[in-house]
Amino acid sequence: MPRCHYACHTAEHIVSRRAFLGAASSVAALGPAGFAAAGANAKLAKAQKRVLVVFLSGGVSQLETWDPKPNTDTGGPFKAIPTSVPGTHISELLPHTAKQMHRMALVRSLNSISDDHGIGQTIMLTGRRMEPGIEYPHLGAVMAKLLGNAGEAALPGHIQILPKGGGGFGKADATFLGPKFASVALGDGKPPADLLRPANLGADSDATREAFRRKLNDRFAKSRKSAATDAYAESFEQAERVVRKGEVFDVEKENPKVADRYGRHDFGRHLLLARRLLEAGVTYVKVQHSNYDTHHENFDFHIEQLGEFDRPFAALLDDLADRGMLESTLVVVMSEMGRTPRINDRYGRDHWSKAWSVALAGCGIKGGAVVGKTNATGTAVADREVYSGHLFHTYLTAVGLDSTKEFRPNDRPVPVADPKAEVIKEILA
Amino acid sequence: MANMNPIDPTAARLERELKHTRPLIGCRFDPSGRFLFASSEDDAIQRFDLLTGAKTTLAGHRSWVRGMTFVGNQVAGSGELSAWQKRRDHLQAVAGFAGATLLPPRPAPFTLISADYHGKLIWWQGDADVPKPLREVEAHKGWARAVAVSPDGKTVASCGNDNAVRIWSADTGTPVRTFEGHASHVYNVAFHPDGTRLASCDLKGVVKDWNLKTGAADRELDAKVLWKYDTGFMADIGGARAMRFSPDGSRLACAGITNVSNAFAGVGNPAAIVFDWNDGKPKVLKPKENFQGTAWGFAFHPAGFSITGAGGSGGRVWFAKPDDTTTFHMLTPPTGVRDLDLAPDGERFACAGANGTAYVYTFRPLPPDAAPVKPTPKKK
Repeated sequence: MPRCHYACHTAEHIVSRRAFLGAASSVAALGPAGFAAAGANAKLAKAQKRVLVVFLSGGVSQLETWDPKPNTDTGGPFKAIPTSVPGTHISELLPHTAKQMHRMALVRSLNSISDDHGIGQTIMLTGRRMEPGIEYPHLGAVMAKLLGNAGEAALPGHIQILPKGGGGFGKADATFLGPKFASVALGDGKPPADLLRPANLGADSDATREAFRRKLNDRFAKSRKSAATDAYAESFEQAERVVRKGEVFDVEKENPKVADRYGRHDFGRHLLLARRLLEAGVTYVKVQHSNYDTHHENFDFHIEQLGEFDRPFAALLDDLADRGMLESTLVVVMSEMGRTPRINDRYGRDHWSKAWSVALAGCGIKGGAVVGKTNATGTAVADREVYSGHLFHTYLTAVGLDSTKEFRPNDRPVPVADPKAEVIKEILA
Repeated sequence: MANMNPIDPTAARLERELKHTRPLIGCRFDPSGRFLFASSEDDAIQRFDLLTGAKTTLAGHRSWVRGMTFVGNQVAGSGELSAWQKRRDHLQAVAGFAGATLLPPRPAPFTLISADYHGKLIWWQGDADVPKPLREVEAHKGWARAVAVSPDGKTVASCGNDNAVRIWSADTGTPVRTFEGHASHVYNVAFHPDGTRLASCDLKGVVKDWNLKTGAADRELDAKVLWKYDTGFMADIGGARAMRFSPDGSRLACAGITNVSNAFAGVGNPAAIVFDWNDGKPKVLKPKENFQGTAWGFAFHPAGFSITGAGGSGGRVWFAKPDDTTTFHMLTPPTGVRDLDLAPDGERFACAGANGTAYVYTFRPLPPDAAPVKPTPKKK
């Protein structure tokens, strides 16, 4: 029987909450998982923190977004445009986002080491290089555990909205934190197929059926509990939470004027759904926008893709601010890597991890801050090189968590964030 | 065409390389055929004088240029120009360096109009010693992708990423009219040789046939074979990268990429769709070989055959007979071809190379005492 590699509450792994937190009695006041930074309990109590990650899949070009180099050998044909922060310019492909720069911070000196899509994504979402013998949980699982009320939550704490596909439960991205914090994937923003109760099944019958399922499940688990059974059982729990709050997923219920601001296209709907989920109490939502892997005709495709991204993203920031949610919601725009400064023969840019950019806004972020520089052509970091570990510390700190704490799966101390990195203080409010 | 033996496309050979330090984007011969203008990724246009070998930089754009067109009459054909070259060569052979004192003939005046990816059109005195911008017009929001001049030299048409086709006075640059109706970026425009019609083609392969008097699109032709929405990467690829009428106006060719299976890696094949202008019936022209890439340049030769230039997994130039749907002859330039233009007298054509070199090919037979020109090997 496979051992749980997380605290799955089996007899072998029952750890008192206090022992798990490893702190004195005051810990109980510091947020649900006790990882709040000292002094942050008042903030946590006042406004539950949320995190939204907009993931531009494929590797968005930093030269066509946050760090343009016009009229250089690597700059391509686009202009740099002024933003709402004097002295800060971004690509002309983001005219609406440019007006939001006073709410945003840029990190222009990221070196994420790997030019591989899969490895790059893992590095960016875990804040770690891949290591043998351990799989680190993704940011969403970490945030869902440390910020969320997973046990009582009406909705799963970790949701990702995919541009297409069927979605589903049972992702492995929570690793040792357990399936309760694994992501629920919504393909095209829709709950998984066949999730909702069929019309010919009444609520009472469904409740009876569900109670019977739990009874059988609990009896089975008494003698055969494992990571696999836990994951399976959790998927039902998460599904039930989704069904209970099904109306949140229906963006047609949104105020039409608000929906229009986001745009009546897929990405606009997905960002709007993200806002609805965050508003309904989901701790972490990741919205994926596809695709930016432009080895061929990079400029034409970035016109198209950023044309989809720009207006809804600006609308989102305005919407969060209007609802009083921006102060409590950390927003991160990232990718798995950037793109080469060198333009290839087919007008494309290739994979590039050595010097690229990430944008942040919202909770704990100093609006208008720009950290790090690349050289004149973007071929190297010139100042303040950081990597994903630094960003991970920064995300946690921005939402009021202590990024130097540890998890203790199987009593093994695992720092929440890479101890070789530290917070990027310059972009914190 | 100047008097010469019938053109044999299979005799096409590299005549010269015109080198620049940055990748080229577009190339066009001026009306006399003496100059080749090549735009490049450094926002500049290079003017190569085929008579003297001089290279002059036209600086003024602040973004990439692809569209170039001219107002001016075709004057000295290469017959007269080559006569001057022979006199110079003879003088040098007889009197050594004194041959260099033989001044080249002054070029006849002509205007170059170029279009850039900041949406700007610039007028230049193309024959000036060092051409400077004469006029700048903010023509489009976003890229101005192409520009063309009417056969009578009075009207300029441009198109771009604001989905518009715009008409301008060639003399003054004042706006005349906007043709609206395309629902996606307009990639190319071309005037019919009779001067009464304008064709434009957008990203999604919609070709509009505009009546220049009324401003109405009297019909649409379907070039959707050159467009694909890539569902994997969730983006569109398409558009006529080259668009030309045949000299007699009986055919319209739009060239681009087809059979796309991976837009972001450029996995697709070059193709041209050639419409019978009278009845609109299309024929798709594809190269005989299985080549991965995009057709970026196209020309109808007055002798009847067509020439296609492509880039992608290398560079190619293909020749096709008028009614064929596949090609019969091929050249392999050492780099991706990003544009192609036929000289006014039909004796040569040029390819804009992704490696920064313009390759000029000639149909003239190799002189008996001359060695064939070979492309410069790629640096290792």
